Amino acid sequence: MIRLEKRPQPSRAWSMATPLVAVLATMFFGGLLFAALGKPPVEAIRTIFWEPLFGEFAFYYRPQLLVKGAPLVLIAIGLSLGFRAGIWNIGAEGQYIMGAIFGAGAGLAFYPSESFLIFPFMVLAGAFGGWIWAMIPAILKTRFGTNEILVSLMLVYVAEQFLASVSLGLLKNPEGFGFPGSRNLQAWDSAHNAELIAGTGMHWGVVAALIAVIFAYVLLNRHMTGYHIRLTGEAPRAARFAGVNPTRLVLFCLGTSGALAGLAGMFEVSGPSGQISIDFNVGYGFTAIIVAFLGRLHPVGILLAGGLMALTYIGGDIAQSNLQLPAAAIQVFQGMLLFFLLAFDLLTNFRIAIGKPEVA
Amino acid sequence: MDLSAINPVLLIASLMVAATPLLLAAIGELVVEKSGVLNLGVEGMMIVGAIAGFATAVESGSPLLGFIAAAIAGAALSVLFAILTQFAQANQVASGLSLTLFGLGLSALMGQSYVGVKPPQMGDVHIPVLSDLPVVGPILFGHDIILYFGIVLTAAVWWVLKYSRLGLVLRAVGENHDAAHALGYKVIKIRLMAIMFGGACAGLGGAYISLIRVPQWTEGMTAGIGWIALALVVFASWKPWRALLGAYLFGGVTVVQLNLQAAGVAIPVEYLAMSPYLITILVLVILSADKSGAPAALGRNFHASR
Repeated sequence: MIRLEKRPQPSRAWSMATPLVAVLATMFFGGLLFAALGKPPVEAIRTIFWEPLFGEFAFYYRPQLLVKGAPLVLIAIGLSLGFRAGIWNIGAEGQYIMGAIFGAGAGLAFYPSESFLIFPFMVLAGAFGGWIWAMIPAILKTRFGTNEILVSLMLVYVAEQFLASVSLGLLKNPEGFGFPGSRNLQAWDSAHNAELIAGTGMHWGVVAALIAVIFAYVLLNRHMTGYHIRLTGEAPRAARFAGVNPTRLVLFCLGTSGALAGLAGMFEVSGPSGQISIDFNVGYGFTAIIVAFLGRLHPVGILLAGGLMALTYIGGDIAQSNLQLPAAAIQVFQGMLLFFLLAFDLLTNFRIAIGKPEVA
Repeated sequence: MDLSAINPVLLIASLMVAATPLLLAAIGELVVEKSGVLNLGVEGMMIVGAIAGFATAVESGSPLLGFIAAAIAGAALSVLFAILTQFAQANQVASGLSLTLFGLGLSALMGQSYVGVKPPQMGDVHIPVLSDLPVVGPILFGHDIILYFGIVLTAAVWWVLKYSRLGLVLRAVGENHDAAHALGYKVIKIRLMAIMFGGACAGLGGAYISLIRVPQWTEGMTAGIGWIALALVVFASWKPWRALLGAYLFGGVTVVQLNLQAAGVAIPVEYLAMSPYLITILVLVILSADKSGAPAALGRNFHASR
């Protein structure tokens, strides 16, 4: 008989190893999935994980790693703070959209003047857009005890409709021949989030993501708020006795994650994407949830996980054009990864024992 | 703008259609939550049900087979959630989310060759005389069989939870799994059954969207209905009849909103389209003070060794 025994303490070794085991399992079952779709499995996996880094055109794909990874890391860092304390912000996608709208809108208000102040102002506006959108579930939770999971999620759909509305109305490019979508911010120097070093993919969003990683690491390990977050997540009752103010913690965690998601949206709209359009958002807010868990809710882990997830995006694109692998297959692949991660987490907290349980 | 174009009888009839997917998913989730499990994967199970039902109905030509396949697909997906939470002791919130993310991807993959295909029509029940009555006929006696099934299911779940031994055991497991375990009930097994029932219901709800409400397949077509169903369980304070009432209320909002769009009201379409979500939030705020019906063990994992 096989049964589970709870470990007295979570195994540190397994905690580090499970993400790797999950990736390997996903590669294996992903391979089976690709084979079921009639694609060569080994070739597909190699294309996704090897081609962007070391393939023939890697010089083109490697910068993309930073471009795709930065928003994921930025959002996931914010989410991880709340997740650690049991505060579930699932609406990062909406906060990302609002950050982009606020950021782009703040810039476009000054079009076509040129000033080095415009971009920093847009950054602040983007962070504010995400923050204010996250404050809605935060205040409803602290004031009325409303479930933040459902409210933040509902707000994603509201934000999507709002995005459609501004790209058809308020922010529509007056010189756009009636097409929906804003002016292209890439063509306007003061608002363009350009590459800092040509050909590397490095832009201000990447810098912000790295700062966020350091900030989160310091916060969690050296600061009282970080201690409160960890305490609330691990022992909610003890946290109450230790004088943790739950209202402030909810406002802080949701607010920070909202602001970071808003920043990610703002950097995206002023850089790689360039304009507000109806389908501007591509699900980074949801993929970041996987990144946060894959990174064990640890800042450094999230940095690595963001890189890996960016790799699946880029490799997925290559596999799409080279092997005609459907785009949705990568989505399944990413979902699978989270599945296996959660499943193998079992080994962190439990030991598998064979034989009959001893009667206590 | 021409509001006189809105026919109240048709409005009520289409409100019931709009409410049915919500009702099915919410009743399923209600049973799951009564057993003490929070499955946030409703949206994922619905969308997989939507494509599984659609594909089966198109291939077989039978909508009814489609619904059966959708229920099986929803239940099958929910087993993954059950494995994660009941056996691997994974966090229920995270597992539910992974189910939704996985389901959205899987359905998009399965549905690739079905975009633009028309599914076989599900005939409406026609009862001589009764269905031809003015006003009452189209509202009460002119729907498809699944819509009636939803109402019967609500009644059945209400009866089982309230009066049967099975319902008593289920509620005991949801209120206090340690006590239920001590009494000799198989907590994990009962929860597994509840989760699968919830999955089957969500699958049915999804298929109702793709086969009847919007007879076509588009990626992500459930558009948050699964999440609204979750909110509906809170709205209903975990009581089946209130879930029915809530579903009709939300169905009403959706239908009125669509009718206003069609009538060309001076409010931009996007703002009308966000109204069901905003109203869901509003209702959640008003009702979240009342947690009286919530099962005490909701969201807590059970492991026999403790």
